[in-house]
Amino acid sequence: MTRPAVSIKNVAKTWTPEGRPPVHALRNLSLDVMPGEFVVLLGPSGCGKSTLLYMIAGLEGTSGGVIEQDGAFVTEPSAERGLIFQEASLFPWLTILDNVAFGLSVRGVPVAERRAVAADMLRKVGLGDMMEKKPDELSGGMRQRAACARALAMRPKVLMMDEPFAALDVQTRSKMQDFLLQIWRDSGASVILVTHSIDEAIALADRVVVFTSRPGQVKTIVPIDLPRPRPSRDPRYHEYRDMFTELLADEVDRAFAEQEVV
Amino acid sequence: MSISTKSVATLFGGAGVGRLPSGSPKLRRHLVGIGWGMASIGLFTAIWEILWAIGWANPLLLPPPHLFLQDIPGTLGYFSQKNIVGAKAAGNGVTGLLLTILWTTSRVVLGLALGFVLGVAVGAMVHYVRMVRNLLLPTILLLAPISPVAWLPVAIFVFGIGDVPAIFLVFITVFFAIVLSTVAQLESVPRNYLHVARIMGATEAQTFWRVTLPAILPSLFMTLRLNLFAAWMVVLIAEAVGVGSGLGQITSMARATFNAKLVFFTMAIIGVLGFLFDWGLRYIQGRMLWWVAPGQGGSK
Ligand SMILES: Nc1ncnc2c1ncn2[C@@H]1O[C@H](COP(=O)(O)OP(=O)(O)OP(=O)(O)O)[C@@H](O)[C@H]1O
Ligand SMILES: [Mg+2]
Repeated sequence: MTRPAVSIKNVAKTWTPEGRPPVHALRNLSLDVMPGEFVVLLGPSGCGKSTLLYMIAGLEGTSGGVIEQDGAFVTEPSAERGLIFQEASLFPWLTILDNVAFGLSVRGVPVAERRAVAADMLRKVGLGDMMEKKPDELSGGMRQRAACARALAMRPKVLMMDEPFAALDVQTRSKMQDFLLQIWRDSGASVILVTHSIDEAIALADRVVVFTSRPGQVKTIVPIDLPRPRPSRDPRYHEYRDMFTELLADEVDRAFAEQEVV
Repeated sequence: MSISTKSVATLFGGAGVGRLPSGSPKLRRHLVGIGWGMASIGLFTAIWEILWAIGWANPLLLPPPHLFLQDIPGTLGYFSQKNIVGAKAAGNGVTGLLLTILWTTSRVVLGLALGFVLGVAVGAMVHYVRMVRNLLLPTILLLAPISPVAWLPVAIFVFGIGDVPAIFLVFITVFFAIVLSTVAQLESVPRNYLHVARIMGATEAQTFWRVTLPAILPSLFMTLRLNLFAAWMVVLIAEAVGVGSGLGQITSMARATFNAKLVFFTMAIIGVLGFLFDWGLRYIQGRMLWWVAPGQGGSK
């Protein structure tokens, strides 16, 4: 058996915000992500999906359990575990090229070399002629592609994305999904993507992890056995969609009921 | 700081000039801007001159521009070349004027630069070091609202008569504003910028110089610009009272000797200098902070 790229073992997370009662975001969560696998996390709002990504990234510690990447404990952030946010978060004071080269420059890679790598990466994501532009001269989709290039320039083993396309319009979004599948194949990295969109989950995932409402746990894991590309007119696509709609509706109802009690 | 940097930016950024049809739009916008500027000043001057012509403005008290600009060589006689306390007007003409301007400007520049650099340094310490925050912040909040002019006696007690009290006053004018602005801005640096830096493996120093500082610099610069006019005001007061040279001293002397022409001539010079300073800062902002659109002060 191959070793998982990311292994999450019995992880819990309790937020303790100052002056407010603690929030149990995640409880007893276990999940393995295989090398090169595309995993989508789907769950009701507030169930701890973002929290989980932050912990895998090493930006936040766990309150229980451990997370391993390639067999080593995650204790601090690393460029091997790239994270992409809903907002591209490019630095507005750097050109697109220098944004993508930022990680390499922090490592002390000489200018010429890091720019060459960054330019290469930008060409791969289709931004070859945008290199000298400022981030706010780009459209939302282009900015998100640049953010992908920035993460990919570090040759990550795991690429995490937190609702990366949520702010984009429908057409751009579907283009970005194709684009993402392509860079996923090229890079060979594992992808862990959080989304609210059932269609996005079905279009992209090898496996969809459905979360329970807070405290988040794995409710079920559903492998998507459809060859890509996955046209939405396929009848099996609809079966998946009905199934996820039902699974989520249960959890959303529960989350609502709890809120009313509180 | 509660001042809306955005509205001020639009005010000074000349964004009031609407969009124009193409054909070297930049140059045209420039020319139109200059045209309106001249029209505005022309109208102001014309009204003043008319008031004089119909006898409402007493030329002894409110001499119109053509009168106070008429006898320039005579007026220039009051400007001394020496930066000496109490130097009698030696009549050094143009060089005297230029040197007087130079003394005043260098005090402003030094005070601004010191206030900016130390303000950012102290603000950063307050933000990053809990101990410093607890010890300094209450005092800073207590001292910040005190008008810079109120510091004048203190400045003279401590530093005596000379350049230092004037520079000190300019420093005080910007220092507290920059400290508070730095603290506020450091708290509002987008968290994802810092996350990206951490994931990329940046050290704390790298993160500060290459992410945090560029993220807060545009707003700090805007704070500096907002306080520029106050800085000009205090330097003139300091010169009038405690230094004995510079444009402030000339105005004060002109007032004492009831020389209205000299008063207005100096006022005109001060006006032009203030304008040039703001323009200069805006230019630096445009070159150094190129990622900030003209009408926008903060980071995104
Ligand atoms: N830094 C924090 N401090 C305190 N509580 C937090 C923090 N971050 C998240 N939480 C809480 O933890 C819970 C899970 O949040 P999280 O953002 O992980 O949910 P999510 O599944 O990503 O939700 P969404 O789908 O709305 O993005 C929420 O109740 C949230 O309020
Ligand atoms: Mg989230």
